[in-house]
Amino acid sequence: MRRSKRTNSSIRSSRPRRALRAGSVRQLGELQALMAGAIMRPLAPGDRMQKISTPIANAIIKPNDRLTSFERLEIYNRQYWIRILACFYDDYPGLRAVIGERKFDKLARAYLARYPSACFTLRNLGSRLEKFLRAEPKWVAPQERLSLDMVRLEWAHIVAFDEGAKPVVHVDDLLGRNPSKIRLGLQPYITLLEVDYPVDDLLLAAKKGDDRLRGEASNAVETHQRHTVRLNVRGLKPQRQYIAVHRMKCSVYYKTLTREQFQVLRALQRGATLEKACAVLLKRRGDVANKSAADIQKWFAAWASFGWFCDP
Amino acid sequence: MIQAGAARAAPIHIMPANQFNGFTDYGIGIGLRVPHYQHILMRKPVVDWFEIISENFMVDGGRPLEVLDQILEQYRVVQHGVSMYFGSADKLNREHLKRLKTLVKRTKTPWLSDHLCWGSVDGRYTHDLLPMPYTFAAAKVTAEKVRAVRDYLEIPIAVENVSSYAEFHASEMTEWEFLTEVVELADCGILLDVNNIYVSSKNHSFNPYDYVNNVPHHRVAQIHIAGHSKFKKYILDTHDHPVLDPVWQLYARATNLVGKTATLLEWDDSIPSFDEVHHEALKANQFIHQIEQTAARA
Repeated sequence: MRRSKRTNSSIRSSRPRRALRAGSVRQLGELQALMAGAIMRPLAPGDRMQKISTPIANAIIKPNDRLTSFERLEIYNRQYWIRILACFYDDYPGLRAVIGERKFDKLARAYLARYPSACFTLRNLGSRLEKFLRAEPKWVAPQERLSLDMVRLEWAHIVAFDEGAKPVVHVDDLLGRNPSKIRLGLQPYITLLEVDYPVDDLLLAAKKGDDRLRGEASNAVETHQRHTVRLNVRGLKPQRQYIAVHRMKCSVYYKTLTREQFQVLRALQRGATLEKACAVLLKRRGDVANKSAADIQKWFAAWASFGWFCDP
Repeated sequence: MIQAGAARAAPIHIMPANQFNGFTDYGIGIGLRVPHYQHILMRKPVVDWFEIISENFMVDGGRPLEVLDQILEQYRVVQHGVSMYFGSADKLNREHLKRLKTLVKRTKTPWLSDHLCWGSVDGRYTHDLLPMPYTFAAAKVTAEKVRAVRDYLEIPIAVENVSSYAEFHASEMTEWEFLTEVVELADCGILLDVNNIYVSSKNHSFNPYDYVNNVPHHRVAQIHIAGHSKFKKYILDTHDHPVLDPVWQLYARATNLVGKTATLLEWDDSIPSFDEVHHEALKANQFIHQIEQTAARA
């Protein structure tokens, strides 16, 4: 038996018939790889374990007077999917509201089968969802662009919630310094988004509806029944939006930006000096350069008051 | 094989704090859970101690750490992990350990617990507490990891028995013999979860008192109690109910054998009000008072 028997396809070909031993670290690793493969394998219709796992169950698990080997392993297979689907479901209320419960469930199972958790924390479960949807947009058709925007916003929300913060740089810290030498970083918890739909408003609407339903049926939450607010997005016209997802006093906020503000912040985030970040803007708004300088000063004062700036 | 402690009559004693819980003398605690944050921070109820799930606070910033710092100003906190996976054949995750040590320094937890289980393979996580095949080789590799973690974190480690729904063909001993083998080889503590013992005893048809009677009692650093859910053919460890009577009886037996020990109620799903959870936890006091009175008479 090879140690590489990890994927569903390789497990399919292994089909162990004899009881597996765990008398060495190597054998223990083989047993654990086979068992984990069966546990993480997608469920069959009816949320049953796939029959293909039968030989593995028989080789690893002892039956008892009430349950077969298959049924005992199936408990873990089901628990795995209940756990990660529930977590994924909680992380993406906006996407659920856009594409609906049934489509979301299929997407979740496909995504989590392709990208099982690779971190000790479930917090990062959706970290590769954007990549997955860019490669396989069929899961969210016909709302591909809106869904991608929503996924980016919802991941940005997770980042804003608990990503680290660096010491804040205040406006006073910059006084007297040469703008051509100043480089400002944005706090690691801030994500700048350029999106085609007003996903911030849509997400707030989805969450509001979700909260209302849960409040009215708290017992339903306890029994893990799912309530999805379905947003009517049919006919929603694309409308370019610029959003900074950030946090203040431990609460996550979506700050709407103008295109110009977005460009300045993005340039800073990418490592431009203060002078270059603003110069890009002034070039584009040359006709109102003087007014822009005053505007920019106000913007920076506001952003600094939010604690957005740090050393790069 | 290292022999499990022989069954014996309950000695009825008050065991002092021991090296496996940092020589502390904690009483009855409850798990720190999100629905109770506001109540705790606003009303500051009297609680002996809180147990936190380490992984929930192994983040770089934001609300989790803000809340934790406020709790730490008022309460004693002990860390309990769910993803160290001492029993995994894979190597320890260094990034995980570094984050854990950062948190240990923050909380100043007197001891740290995690489970006698595995749950990841090749960097893919099941986020479950999967049972071990009870073999000598598995015990050895598990004990080596416990030692490595203790040496790195520089605090006492207690390993917790998990509830399970499956048994392995590969097993060479009982679960309590395996637990004993691991903790003796690692020279570490035990977090004795009497609810898990009860759940597993029903699922695998063994006498839960054999388990409690035969673990090395001097190594018990902490006890867990919790509720579970009964299904037609098995019991699930759901932590969504009050503690059931048979589990309290097992707890009584354990405290008789082990002595007064830091005890923690786990309630992780369908979480009721703070007061309800705390009230349920404090029921443990009646058993502790009994052994205190018995010891005083002796």
